Amino acid sequence: MKLLTCPMNGPRNIDEFQSFGPVRARPDPNATADREWSRHLFRAENRRGVVVEWWRHVPSNYFFLAERDLVSNEIIRTFDASEPRDRA
Amino acid sequence: MPLRLLKYGLSRDYPVSGDIPATPELKPAYDVVIIGGGGHGLSCAHHLAKYHGIRSVAVLEKGYLAGGNTARNTTTIRSNYITPEGIAFYKEGVELFERLSQELDFNVMFSQRGQLTLAHTEATMRSFHMRAEMGKHMGTRTEVVDQKGVEELCPLLNMDYGGALEILGGLWHADGGTARHDAVAWGYAAQASRRGVEIHQRTEVQGFEVVGDRIRAVKTNRGRIACGQVLIATGGMNYDVALMAGVELPIRCYPLQAMVTQPLKPWLHTLVSSVSLHTYLVQSSRGEVVIGGGSDPYQLYSTRSTLDMKEHLAEGAVHLFPFLQGVRLLRQWAGITDMTPDYSPIMGASPLANLWLDCGWGTWGFKATPVAGKRMAQTIADGRVPDILKPFALERFETFRLLNEMGATAASH
Repeated sequence: MKLLTCPMNGPRNIDEFQSFGPVRARPDPNATADREWSRHLFRAENRRGVVVEWWRHVPSNYFFLAERDLVSNEIIRTFDASEPRDRA
Repeated sequence: MPLRLLKYGLSRDYPVSGDIPATPELKPAYDVVIIGGGGHGLSCAHHLAKYHGIRSVAVLEKGYLAGGNTARNTTTIRSNYITPEGIAFYKEGVELFERLSQELDFNVMFSQRGQLTLAHTEATMRSFHMRAEMGKHMGTRTEVVDQKGVEELCPLLNMDYGGALEILGGLWHADGGTARHDAVAWGYAAQASRRGVEIHQRTEVQGFEVVGDRIRAVKTNRGRIACGQVLIATGGMNYDVALMAGVELPIRCYPLQAMVTQPLKPWLHTLVSSVSLHTYLVQSSRGEVVIGGGSDPYQLYSTRSTLDMKEHLAEGAVHLFPFLQGVRLLRQWAGITDMTPDYSPIMGASPLANLWLDCGWGTWGFKATPVAGKRMAQTIADGRVPDILKPFALERFETFRLLNEMGATAASH
């Protein structure tokens, strides 16, 4: 069993969580061409290294962010979306 | 008798068939450099040499021959997809498998035993009707069967009448089958090397020399190679290799987990899969029951297995065939799948003029080994993409012409 520490509910079985994938910058709908929309929709971060991802604790429907290493699967830290973040 | 056998063994009329040649020295230049010594790359090399007379070909493999996803997939061959473009392509793939042993003069143990996909909900039955009609329209053998039909095709199935996962019917795909994955790769490798293709194992691509819109050379751990054309066919490494050339593919990597049981007498005579249980089973010619395929629920570059996923697969298998409960697992593994947003591959041109893509094969690549190799070889030889591959172009994501095949698989993703 892998544990994920939810900022609200503490350490829980990772089965209780749903991954929503890497954080993407939200494009400005008034100043975005088709090409950039395509990029926004279809290209998520996939480099070997640390990504910032959206996760949801399913029973409490709480969304938060996690920094995770895509190679080692180490969860480096989890935090509420209102907290400042260095990446993405 | 022993003497006659010895005479036969030593006869010049029946020479010992050569193995794959040892990795030769790298030459300074090749007409075509194929990155990835798996099924797809070797198939392309074979087709280039045999049908297009292009023999100055180097296949570069970081590890050993066919040791990546060619070795890890669960060998399902089928064409029961949803989009006409997808079905047309995979149909040609199945047809190539039907005569592959003759083509390669190598027994790939193709067994066209049919694939039965099970529905436990009315919604799945409706999607089966759509797939069956599309399949018939495109000339494949795909039909919807009712509960009785399922029982006749696979009498040992637990129908779970009245239960939560009652089997309501199935999608019967008589064209479906399986083959020996190693034999496919080794057959292509043997044929290609017989025609002069060089297979370089333990040769890792470390970068590209890009000049303007062309790749001038491929940099490897064994030296630099000037190249005419380059093909990327590296399975789970496609994103990384393309990125070295400055091409960012719309790919996310997930591990796909599978496992096999101990060998049993032949009892499972079709491929069986369940969309709701995310489980599929096939009995190999060795008698092992191959059980797939659980995609991890988040991106990862690790081929570790997890108990959660193995339990999930075992649960699905035991639900369908309760008598499997006492059977032991022999091996378990995972492979890195390069998933595209629409569950269709990316084949054809790249933003660089002489770089070609055979990527985005996610969880569905093995069945396309012959056809992808054939069509990519044609693409490279002609310098243009044939009609059958055009829908799979990388640009489809910019023009929003996606080929959604998400519903045509039982893998959990």
